[in-house]
Amino acid sequence: MPARISRRLRWWQLGLFAAVLVVWHVATSPTLLPPIYFDNPDKAAFFFGEPLKVFERIWVWFSTGFIYRHLWVTLLETLMAFVVGTVLGLAMGLWLALSPTASALLDPYIKALNSMPRVILAPIFGVWFGLGMASKVALGVTLVFFIVFFNVYQGVREVSHTVLSNARILGASDRQLLRHVYVPSAMSWVFASLHNSVGLAFVGAVVGEYLGSAEGVGYVILQAEGTFDINSVFAGILVLTAFALVLDWVVTLAERRLLLWQPRGGETEKI
Amino acid sequence: MSAAALALESVRVTFVSQDGTRYTAIHDTTLRVAPGEFVSVVGPTGCGKSTLLNVAVGLLQPSAGAVRVFGEPLSGLNRKAGYLFQTEALMPWRTALGNVTAGLEFRKIAKEEAKKRGEAWLQRVGLRGFGERYPHQLSGGMRKRVALAQTLILDPEIILMDEPFSALDIQTRHLMENQLLEIWSANRKSVVFITHDLEEAISLSDRVVVLSAGPEAHPIGEFTIDLPRPRDVAEVRLEPRFIELHTQIWHAMKAEVLKSYARQNQ
Repeated sequence: MPARISRRLRWWQLGLFAAVLVVWHVATSPTLLPPIYFDNPDKAAFFFGEPLKVFERIWVWFSTGFIYRHLWVTLLETLMAFVVGTVLGLAMGLWLALSPTASALLDPYIKALNSMPRVILAPIFGVWFGLGMASKVALGVTLVFFIVFFNVYQGVREVSHTVLSNARILGASDRQLLRHVYVPSAMSWVFASLHNSVGLAFVGAVVGEYLGSAEGVGYVILQAEGTFDINSVFAGILVLTAFALVLDWVVTLAERRLLLWQPRGGETEKI
Repeated sequence: MSAAALALESVRVTFVSQDGTRYTAIHDTTLRVAPGEFVSVVGPTGCGKSTLLNVAVGLLQPSAGAVRVFGEPLSGLNRKAGYLFQTEALMPWRTALGNVTAGLEFRKIAKEEAKKRGEAWLQRVGLRGFGERYPHQLSGGMRKRVALAQTLILDPEIILMDEPFSALDIQTRHLMENQLLEIWSANRKSVVFITHDLEEAISLSDRVVVLSAGPEAHPIGEFTIDLPRPRDVAEVRLEPRFIELHTQIWHAMKAEVLKSYARQNQ
């Protein structure tokens, strides 16, 4: 996309954001609009919060340093869930894809576990691992695992037959085939789902915190909700959203470095 | 008789599909390749030429008959053979250099040594300075050259080539054919070169074997190519002897090509 159009698009995107904020502000302010739906002018603000107060809250959180500890905890949970889930998914995926017997045996169980709404496991993990970080990581792992697992499984099955034969003829042993053909091929599928799996690790962490914890951004939101502090709830949601965007951006950067060998659309450098 | 580098003795290949239908691709085929000999196998499309190579390299077990490599019966993969595939066979996640040195790495040869030899081979196939590129950053002809270096760096006694240049444009193709002849002349190995292009077969080979149309393909003619070497593949085509041989072989092939064509249009 040409830089000029791209820049204009950015302005429009910012404008849209500002417009939403203005509508939000006008609609919830007790003085600007006559009460249309609610009988009491303060009720709209009670249910939907007020943007100015929300941003003030965010400002206070960051300026006093209150939020950093919680963000750090959520980030740590997300990363651990992502790493553990990816490693387990990779190992399981490789094993099942390369062993038809194990795959046939475990197939119905994998399907059952995958179709189960896994958020429901959160209370059980709470009992098993306590209210600390471990239970959140466990929840995130169950979410990340299946994404990585299915991608690796698919990736191994779709290794080009010719590439495989070629590597064997070049003298690769079974172990070398695994390391130099199956894993790199599976990894490209894992990277393709990187956005998804990081996103779900994040969901696991926040939902886990929300269902019972002593720190983390999910906990902050839960606390605010308990005292009907709707502005803090919205502030928490906005912080989480911004955080998720940053995370997604970091993933994009990592992807670019790791998938150097894959052609990208519009790449014309060919000699 | 000294042992042939590669000998297919009365080989038959019958595929059985899941619903029980049988398809005999190769029927009673005997093919012997002497050490250092360049043999081309030509035949109409779909006559099972690739099947023959897959048997020779040990990817396919023949239904009947035997494969011998320097007199020894073949079991498992043919360790003395290198195979140049018709389709893309490079590992896309490895650089050109990484692909060329893959076989050395599998044989646990020290990294420094492998790199040195890999770079020498890249230079030999005219890709000096392209070692750090990934396959998708190279053109089709360059990828073929990487594949050639990847196979030849292991110095196989037998080189099997399955229509390696069929996807290339004619100029690149002549360039690659000359390069192949040059490399082969410097260090003569046995070559089995599969192609559907008769001119390519004649200009490269010592001997041309013509296969009948499939199913049940088998050799129907053998021609010794007595053109002097070294040859330039583009120039040799203009020589009277070349045209004579071409006419002769084409005469033998023509009936089979028509047969195969008729079968496809049924």
